[in-house]
Amino acid sequence: MRYLSPLLAVALMLICGMVLFKVLGKSPVEGFKVFFLQPMADRYSVAELFLKATPLMLCAVGLSVGFRGNVWNIGAEGQLLVGALAGGGLALHFPNSQSPFLLPAMFMAGALGGMLWAAIPAWLRTRFNANEILTSLMLVYVAELMVSWLVHGPWKDPDGFNFPQTRMFQSKAILPVLVEGTRVNAALVVALGALVVGWIFMNRSFLGYQMKVSGQAERAGRYAGFSARRTVWLGMLIGGCCAGLAGVSEVAGPIGQITEHISPGYGFAAMIVAFVGRLEPVGIFFASLLMALLYMGGEQAQQYLGLPYSISKVFQGLLLFFLLGSDVFIHFRLRLDRGRK
Amino acid sequence: MQRLKSSITLLGLGLLAASPLAAADPAPTQVGFVYVSPVGDAGWTYQHDQGRKEMEKALAGKVTTKFVENVPEGADAERVVRQMITGGAKIVFTTSFGYMNATEKVAVAFPNNFFFHATGYKTGKNMGIYNARFYEGRYLCGVIAGKMTKSHIAGYVAAFPIPEVLQGINAFTEGMRSVDPKAEVRVIWVNSWFDPGKEREAALTLISQGADMITHHTDSTAVVQAVEEKHKENANLYSFSYHSDMSKYGPKSCLTGTTHLWGDFYTRVVKEVMAGTWKGTNVWGGMKDGMIKLAPLNAAVPAPVKTLVVKLEKEIIAGKLHPFDGPVIAQDGKELVPKGKSMTDAELGGMNYYVKGVASTLPKN
Amino acid sequence: MAPGLVSAVLFATVVAGTPLILTALGELVTEKSGVLNLGAEGIMSVGAVAAFAVTIHTGSPLLGVLAGMVAGMAMSVLFGFVALTLQANQVASGLALSIFGVGLSAFVGKPYESQTLESVPPLKIPLLSKIPVLGHALFEQQALVYVSWIMLLAVAWFLYRTRWGLVLRAVGETPVAAHAIGYNVLRIRYLAAMFGGAMAGIGGAFLSVFYTPLWVEGMVAGRGWISLALVVFATWRPLRVMLGAYLFGGAMITQMFVQGSGLRLDIPAQFLSALPYLATVVVLVLISRNRSTIRLNSPASLGQPFMPDA
Repeated sequence: MRYLSPLLAVALMLICGMVLFKVLGKSPVEGFKVFFLQPMADRYSVAELFLKATPLMLCAVGLSVGFRGNVWNIGAEGQLLVGALAGGGLALHFPNSQSPFLLPAMFMAGALGGMLWAAIPAWLRTRFNANEILTSLMLVYVAELMVSWLVHGPWKDPDGFNFPQTRMFQSKAILPVLVEGTRVNAALVVALGALVVGWIFMNRSFLGYQMKVSGQAERAGRYAGFSARRTVWLGMLIGGCCAGLAGVSEVAGPIGQITEHISPGYGFAAMIVAFVGRLEPVGIFFASLLMALLYMGGEQAQQYLGLPYSISKVFQGLLLFFLLGSDVFIHFRLRLDRGRK
Repeated sequence: MQRLKSSITLLGLGLLAASPLAAADPAPTQVGFVYVSPVGDAGWTYQHDQGRKEMEKALAGKVTTKFVENVPEGADAERVVRQMITGGAKIVFTTSFGYMNATEKVAVAFPNNFFFHATGYKTGKNMGIYNARFYEGRYLCGVIAGKMTKSHIAGYVAAFPIPEVLQGINAFTEGMRSVDPKAEVRVIWVNSWFDPGKEREAALTLISQGADMITHHTDSTAVVQAVEEKHKENANLYSFSYHSDMSKYGPKSCLTGTTHLWGDFYTRVVKEVMAGTWKGTNVWGGMKDGMIKLAPLNAAVPAPVKTLVVKLEKEIIAGKLHPFDGPVIAQDGKELVPKGKSMTDAELGGMNYYVKGVASTLPKN
Repeated sequence: MAPGLVSAVLFATVVAGTPLILTALGELVTEKSGVLNLGAEGIMSVGAVAAFAVTIHTGSPLLGVLAGMVAGMAMSVLFGFVALTLQANQVASGLALSIFGVGLSAFVGKPYESQTLESVPPLKIPLLSKIPVLGHALFEQQALVYVSWIMLLAVAWFLYRTRWGLVLRAVGETPVAAHAIGYNVLRIRYLAAMFGGAMAGIGGAFLSVFYTPLWVEGMVAGRGWISLALVVFATWRPLRVMLGAYLFGGAMITQMFVQGSGLRLDIPAQFLSALPYLATVVVLVLISRNRSTIRLNSPASLGQPFMPDA
């Protein structure tokens, strides 16, 4: 049932979608084809699917560790941006570097940047008891403004006609493409690696176990000596680390510079991915691909069906709703006889 | 025999000459548009879409068009542009600066298609750029503002300090001070192309600080609407719209606006591509080229001001008047353009300062 | 500073804070019953589009506000079904609602995007509006502003001075005990969620019908999320919601006034824009230092599903 329920949710979403297409005056079959099949039609599109899923995967696996421990990191978007600034900043600082260590250094910087940004809400929570939902969210806006300040000012490309962007990164600072003729790059490997590490941490390490217990039964955790503080710190830092990696993967990948448009909300979409993937790395892998499909389907629907882009969000919301609804079959068993307990 | 040979040769040559036309004739050419915001915004994208529709009508039967709106300016843009091409488009117009690198990359990958990027600076063998001299319209609006202001303070709600926006602010200031040397322009940056709430708050803030001529460089109608509302209390308050004619949102208080007209440009360029005569595009068109036009003037504009504006417009079109004719003094007093000269296109493109008369600080970096 | 200027800043602050107060109050009641509904952004969006559409078609802003309220309630019923009846994870359900709501409102609102509404004249209160400075700022506002103040008092009174308020809080603190006494925990939570949805719907309606009388997708622009943060900021106490909303709104307005005043400041504009967010964090930290305040006020069962026969 554990594995059937996401499939059930997807099926329900598809049915709902076909109904929606019909209501909007489009042929349901045509709608289905355009929205769900066309984004996988050729090699380039499939590669794009993986490209778009990569930052989602990275953020989601980091977030899922925290969510399991009841640490609500809502600020992944901000941590992503700071990671991008850290990694991208390194590239900008060494414009003539041809070192093969540049990219790994950028990724480390990005991870550190994201962790730093996540450390603020973690510290505020453990030291001052300030709720991390609010602090991490507020820091998203601050991070956005920081990016804006940097690209409009100190880091602006002097040859860029005064537009808010940094110069393009040198070739050694750009992620190598994995498949010729597409854009899918080495960040995918990093993301898959993060999934593996995440799996090991959550299912095979004692720390991960502690976090799970603290999340599900706080008192039991405390009784057993699991430090609530450590859970908060780990939850936030791991989330920040992964989000920071996602940020670097975007600026060192398809974008190739720092601009004001690094992320179209990956940090928030990753929260859905984490849940649809039921906070498990394997699930997150599939959920991020599905989410990427929904984004791309929206683009196709605009071009070929004349439907507005917002239909993507409608589908994403529906998917999550159906998934959450289908979960009821996991939590409970239907019994025909309601008398006995 | 000779006659037969020459007629066959003639026929052959004739067929050869006709073949590009023949190739363009059968299937209609598909033209794609990539928009950065929703079409219905009565602003930047709306005007581009109007242009698209005009082009479609002018070339009816020979073209089909399609568009994608709300395309984020980051990594996704490249995919969208590319999929327009693989979906059958021969020509793609990308209507925002942030699509520059994406357009360039796809243009290199598809050398047989044609790409046009608005407000950018990278061109290629099959990639052209286009832009409009919005500042010409701004100058004229500034003149009207200078003639009609009672408080000598104008308010400007602006999005981001990029050259285009600064050109607009400075041109407006130059225009206003050309008829009212006491005038000053105050700017509020809302850090967003589109946030009706913030735009409105900014407009109201400027009004409460004494500005009575308000304009904006943002994408919604919020500023014009805010002024219309406040106009009921203060009949000296007026606004100037941008991108589109927003008179329906400010019937009593919106005096005019700088409207963008892309239809003729789109039609011309698509025709050239279809005929095989396109050689490259690096267009920065102004009123002379019909790309910028003032919206019809509100009845509240007094007749002498109208006459002045018409006269100045003619001078701009004839090339006799340039909004940045010397002397142009920067806010810090430095002379940027001496008397007798005009600012060059290159100088305009690199504009990152305020001129004298703007009473705010440029976001310091 | 000239009195006119102070008055103008206060006026704008009150206006900016009103949708935040309305939504945050609703969420506060919801959370007091133990339910965490993160869908405020989506509910506000749907409320805004519903209110705008109905006002366009009927010409009556009042009907528009009612439509916004009903739409908000409908959204929260959807949330309730998933999170309360089906007992799904509340954080995820709320997220789904916020994304779904934003998308749905954008979708439904397409045909209304270039339409405009007559702006509604403010409701001036006769004697009080003559008070210098404060009179204009406080008593020449839209009707919904006064409604927001009334609701502040009403919610505070309801929660702390009535029996049903006590029951609601009990449901939030110890649902098991409340259930044992015989109260229908699920129904109370549903009602609390619906109240939250109604208020968020009205908050959205304020934005699209009174504040900037237009509809465009994305116009809620994060105010739903800010409202959620404000509930935490206010440590679940109604009157503190007002403090937070006006603090936040005020910081945003002030930085605009500073920009528009022509004052020569060498501070990057982005820093000024970041002040409201930073200020909120700082004040939260100051308030949260006292652990007992938090413990006293945050509902113990917040976010936990309640299983009656478990």
